[in-house]
Amino acid sequence: MNEREAQETETAAQLGLLSCHHCGAVWRDATEGEPCGRCDTHLHRRKPHSVQRTWALLIAACIMYVPANLLPVMITKSLLGTQYDTILSGVIYFWVSGAYGLAAIIFIASFLVPLFKLTALILLAWLAPRHSDWRRHERATLYRILEVIGRWSMLDVFVVSLLAGLVRIQGFAEITAGVGIAAFGSVVVLTMLASLSFDPRLTWDSKDVMEETEPAHDMPRGSERTA
Amino acid sequence: MKEVPDAIVCEGCDAVYHRVRLRRREVSHCARCGTELDRHAGDQGARVLPLTVASLILFAIANLFPIVEIELRGLSSETTLAGAVIVLGGEGMSVVALLVLATTILFPLLQLCILFYLLVPMARERRPAGFGVLVRILQSLRPWGMIEVFLLGVLVAIVKLSSLAQVVAGPALWAFMVLTVLLTAVLSFNPRTFWEMAFEPRPGQKA
Repeated sequence: MNEREAQETETAAQLGLLSCHHCGAVWRDATEGEPCGRCDTHLHRRKPHSVQRTWALLIAACIMYVPANLLPVMITKSLLGTQYDTILSGVIYFWVSGAYGLAAIIFIASFLVPLFKLTALILLAWLAPRHSDWRRHERATLYRILEVIGRWSMLDVFVVSLLAGLVRIQGFAEITAGVGIAAFGSVVVLTMLASLSFDPRLTWDSKDVMEETEPAHDMPRGSERTA
Repeated sequence: MKEVPDAIVCEGCDAVYHRVRLRRREVSHCARCGTELDRHAGDQGARVLPLTVASLILFAIANLFPIVEIELRGLSSETTLAGAVIVLGGEGMSVVALLVLATTILFPLLQLCILFYLLVPMARERRPAGFGVLVRILQSLRPWGMIEVFLLGVLVAIVKLSSLAQVVAGPALWAFMVLTVLLTAVLSFNPRTFWEMAFEPRPGQKA
């Protein structure tokens, strides 16, 4: 059914139209890279080098994901001694002390959402250049979900920042931010940039459209073609 | 290069549609991939300016007053948002400090100021200097303002501290709550509307 739909729908690329991603104006006979007549933004059929950029940012995010979860994000100095908290140990602390709702919020926003984003983007960026027609509709929905939930992972960064600024009672209680939170913040920013540089239209492009629209001199794509 | 009037291209899958005039509260979605195509702007144009002014005032309150105060054995400590950023910067966490500064203070403030700057002359059908650049900045800032996430962060921090010390909510906390509601309304205003406002009444004019 997906295949039939794809054949019936006419795309801008097939009709030789270019739409401006900034103001939405639609142009006929426009060349790639030409400025939009309404708002002067450069027109592109697809976001330039979308898949390569997405992969680069994704790989960086995957690397930072390791220290983000292993290094302490918050250091608490109290009369009882110094305590180092990672993201998951913070969740466990809340769960054990009976604050199940809070434990769930932090677990979802700080652990599940970044993991979900990384896996989903890897899936999208893997399938798109292969012109796979596997579950296109679900992949489009997945991309829209990613755009909405990505920002909420910043939650832990804000919690730690606020606690570090607030709890500064010398000798009794002092909270400082750990290196882990910097790594965690960079994961959030990198995955947001990755989902912004991914072009969802690639999910729907069939092979012939892509060959027409991407000029051969634009980038070396020998390896892409064999895939 | 010729403009194709009354056409909408889906940003999610590149499908081409004929633009239909939407009625109030109507939203159109792409039949193939489900991405939102168009939304009736309603009387938003008239509402956004007063909401922007109200948001700017609340933004000032939210940033000038302390958010929370804690009391522990007679000692107390309080912080504003900027205070937390300065502490982070001083602890060698300047990257995190910059990230918090940008997403909760700089970007939302910039968004509100640009909206204010653009909307005041637009009400009198005039295009202010730097229109194109500013609308583009407004568009690219959209994903990066995170006041509502910060508010949830404040609430989580309060619950976290409530077992450790006595927590008193500061005036800025209430300001942040109202600001979150207002910003949701203000920022649902699509910057693209600026191009339609600027072009539809005078179609012959060149940018």
